[in-house]
Amino acid sequence: MTLWLIPALPYLGALILILAGSKLSKQMAGIIGCGSMGLSALWTGVTGIAFLSGGREPVRLQLWEWFDVAGWNPGVTLYFDSLSLVFTFVITFVGFLIHVYSTGYMARDEGFNRFFAYLNLFVGSMLMLVLADNLLLLYLGWEGVGLCSYLLIGFWYQDPANGAAARKAFIVTRIGDTAFAIGLFMLFQTLGTLNIGAILAEAGSALSGDGAASWPGGPAGATAIALLLVGGAVGKSAQIPLQTWLPDAMAGPTPVSALIHAATMVTAGVYLIARMHGIFELSPVSMQVVSLIGTITLLVAGCSALCQSDLKRVLAYSTISQIGYMFLALGLGAWSAAIFHFFTHAFFKALLFLGAGAIIESLHHEQNIFRMGGLRKELPVVFITFLIGSASLAALPLVTAGFFSKDQILWMAFAGEHGSLGLWIAASVGAFLTALYTFRMVFVTFWGETKTPVTHRPGKAMTIPLIILALFSLLAGFIEVPHNLGHITLFSSFLASVLPSPELITDSLLMEWMSQAAAALLTLGGIGLAYEYYVRNPQSLAGMKRNTGALQRFFHSGFGFDRLYDSLLIQPYTWLARVNRRDITDSLYTGLARFSIWLHRQSAQTQTGILRHYLLGAAIGALIILTISIFI
Amino acid sequence: MILVWLILILLLGGLLSWLASRWNVLLARWIALGAVAVNFVLTAGIWFGNPVPVGWVAELDLEWIPRFGIHFHLALDGLSLLMLLLTFFLGMLGVLCSWKEISYRPGFFHFNLLWVLAGITGVFLTMDLFLFYFFWEVMLIPMYFLIGIWGHANRIYAAFKFFIFTQASGLFMLLAILSLYYVQAQQTGVYSFDYFDFLETPLPFKTAQWLMFGFLIAFIVKLPAFPFHNWLPDAHGEAPTAGSLVLAGLLLKTGAYGLLRFVVPLFPEPAMAFAPWGMLMGVIGILYGGKLAFAQNDLKRLIAYTSVSHMGFVMLGVFAFTELAYQGVVMQMITHGISTGALFLLAGMLYERTHTRDITRMGGLWKSSPALGAAMMVFVMASLGLPGLGNFIAEFLTLNGSWPANRLLTALAAVGLVIATVYSLRIMQKVFFGPMPQTWPAADLKPREYLIMIPLIAAIIWLGLFPQKTIETSGHAVTEISLKKGGSR
Repeated sequence: MTLWLIPALPYLGALILILAGSKLSKQMAGIIGCGSMGLSALWTGVTGIAFLSGGREPVRLQLWEWFDVAGWNPGVTLYFDSLSLVFTFVITFVGFLIHVYSTGYMARDEGFNRFFAYLNLFVGSMLMLVLADNLLLLYLGWEGVGLCSYLLIGFWYQDPANGAAARKAFIVTRIGDTAFAIGLFMLFQTLGTLNIGAILAEAGSALSGDGAASWPGGPAGATAIALLLVGGAVGKSAQIPLQTWLPDAMAGPTPVSALIHAATMVTAGVYLIARMHGIFELSPVSMQVVSLIGTITLLVAGCSALCQSDLKRVLAYSTISQIGYMFLALGLGAWSAAIFHFFTHAFFKALLFLGAGAIIESLHHEQNIFRMGGLRKELPVVFITFLIGSASLAALPLVTAGFFSKDQILWMAFAGEHGSLGLWIAASVGAFLTALYTFRMVFVTFWGETKTPVTHRPGKAMTIPLIILALFSLLAGFIEVPHNLGHITLFSSFLASVLPSPELITDSLLMEWMSQAAAALLTLGGIGLAYEYYVRNPQSLAGMKRNTGALQRFFHSGFGFDRLYDSLLIQPYTWLARVNRRDITDSLYTGLARFSIWLHRQSAQTQTGILRHYLLGAAIGALIILTISIFI
Repeated sequence: MILVWLILILLLGGLLSWLASRWNVLLARWIALGAVAVNFVLTAGIWFGNPVPVGWVAELDLEWIPRFGIHFHLALDGLSLLMLLLTFFLGMLGVLCSWKEISYRPGFFHFNLLWVLAGITGVFLTMDLFLFYFFWEVMLIPMYFLIGIWGHANRIYAAFKFFIFTQASGLFMLLAILSLYYVQAQQTGVYSFDYFDFLETPLPFKTAQWLMFGFLIAFIVKLPAFPFHNWLPDAHGEAPTAGSLVLAGLLLKTGAYGLLRFVVPLFPEPAMAFAPWGMLMGVIGILYGGKLAFAQNDLKRLIAYTSVSHMGFVMLGVFAFTELAYQGVVMQMITHGISTGALFLLAGMLYERTHTRDITRMGGLWKSSPALGAAMMVFVMASLGLPGLGNFIAEFLTLNGSWPANRLLTALAAVGLVIATVYSLRIMQKVFFGPMPQTWPAADLKPREYLIMIPLIAAIIWLGLFPQKTIETSGHAVTEISLKKGGSR
């Protein structure tokens, strides 16, 4: 019953760093930051082992009753089951590695202590999010990570561009959060509770009864709730139409991009949908919406990644695209496949970002990949680990974790009960794009001639996390292997108590081989094409640029979403604010005041001082009164 | 008897402070601080004695003008207890924040400050409507002086505007009180201004409706609700820091308190009939106030408009007629008092350092004043409703309780959360982030300022994580009010 220590330790670290931040040395702050994270990770391990060996019974721990109004009494209650364990493990373990890396990366930054305070605060909130037993507490974590994301994107606050990116992230996700909140109001009105277990039990009994018709809010109610939750999820997880904030979020320090904007926070939407899967199962429409959002996003973001020149933006679009895969899996009802892809993605994407950070730091904050090159020999450790991460991202067959997780989604897109050939083709095209943009990045960065000299080499605090993450990027996939290749289902059976397993409509072995072969060929083809264009035959690119320049610019801008929202929302709002700065309703009252003054002036004019006028007035008045009194 | 003392200590403390300032200004400040502190301790004592008050904790009923059935009737229940705690808490901070700011006629300043507080205390305690109107006026006049004498450049205009708005609307209430008095006498033969007598008076719907509008207009001008909010940005913007603190933290709450204490229980049916309009006014206030806040460059005006936006939630909740929403409204009164009060205090501290309220001229202040920035960050986050801080509990309860009453309006009100984010983050960016356009005297929080900010931060976090204590305190009173209308939840 010491589950509370897992989120409490990072929070405690944050508290110490905030209160005593200015007085602590950097070394001390690093120890507190990493130490609290390390202990939290350790404690996750201990709790996880106890959980695994102890019959895998979910643990519920009420810390205190938050409030009790009119019979509604949400608690600050933690809930620990296999799904929370997967997330908690990734958050604390990857979080710890990134903390260690940050002691190297941020060593010369004057905001070192503040950085670790924010980072710890983030981890604590993220843990609250995945350990919450009710949706209100989940919302607390949800908004808490949003705050930390804002603080960390705008960490280097003196540059207004960073501030703009930070605000954009907060505001865009808040739009999703508001939809989420309205979903909570609906849920509460329907069930009178926001307890996740109670909601899922209700959904489960509706599902085993006559489906959505026996849900207290009816089928339309279930769909509305599910779609509102999706609204929250697309905001946090940067899916279309709320994806625009993530590429800009790269303004933050690179470890932040690795931890928050790749490995953990942006997958909160995936967690939310997986956690609330009962509601989604009641509403096939919402499932279709989720898979459609995922598919469109993975293609759009894949195309955008292809045309970026900033190393971190390539990775950002790739993150959006990979989360698109997770959404696709969720929409297919392949819950554990989505979580599995989250799991492997956390390792290889964190690895890629940390590698990118090492490169950027070595090149004196150069982020443009076309001004890099030839780094293969200059930064060997970074090169090898980055290559492993890229291979995993591109889903290089059989040897990488990304292959096994992506393969599962591809297969479900074809053979799952909600799957279709169209979804499979889209997902496969996405796989091809992934391989292409990933290895474009690799070849441009590490091959060719040196364009910027390496001024600085990463120390051990930075390389050791890279190596550990590289190992996981290779090996983490082997806990879940398709049945034609060895049939290991450690991961999905581990999650089976929380997430139902999907039904297959085809279990043709031949089709599965074909699907894998096609995916493998597309991956290799993508890598080959990238090799052809960026290593063997780079002069052919110039011709392509001439022919497809407009398209490339369109892809580069992320399909013009920013411009769309700017003219649709931002411009009108700021215009409205500008023209009505002085509050139009005020003229009602100033008008009244002006009228009174005018009236006063008019009546003051009758005060002439001429006795005749006064007498005349008095006489007329008397006459009027007399007339009235006679006739009434 | 303790209830009279609460008012008397402030009245006498104010006089004493004025007198003492002739010899020693510091003594005057200490007297003022001491008077409010004594009140705070007394009220806290009542609270610890009755953490979960049921019904009326303390009551005092003296004849005042027996010929007209006017009593000096004070009573305290859980709701007024919370309001008093807030009053004296912010009152102490009001004295503290004027320590350096007010050097012109400090004795008279403290006299006015304490008399405003006395008026507010009276408003929260009175159960006799004649006396209520009396205290309503007692709040007004010293406040007029506070703005008019110690305010910023455009203070006279602001003071007049404030006075006319509240006075004119208060007259409607006076008319309604007098009519109620005569209607009751007609029906029952009893001449009384007593709240509990009025509760029993059966009223025909039409009459009740007219009388309700009399009360309503006074309270929603004070609250303020759209479109009666125009006095507020001027008054808040021009008032000295302590004045803005008392205005935003306390005076606005008397409007909200009036709605809960008088409008809903005395006129339940007409209030129900008015409910959709009331909720609509709330929603317009939330959105329109938020939009105007975004447009302002004057920091104090900006914060003033956020008050308009936040008080929209009060309107929304009061006219939702559910227990959840009422409890949300009570939380909103307290948390808004603390968070907006704190924002005004911070604006005052920024003004002392930069001598401007124009946020476009500030920037990059995090570098020189990180603690000030951190405090601002906390309250900016509170104002946008970040969970973990008290305002979230208030807004979530209000919205969740309003959803069953009107889905469309509640959804629109929820859009206010996005608008709040837009204007709140703008404050941080313009004041603390970005480049520094000119070098300000580098000065972070001083010990006295820490003494002001730490209790506020602690309170807002405590209310966010452990709101149950507060909810329990007002719980019974709120249930009573919500039962007035058909007992719907």
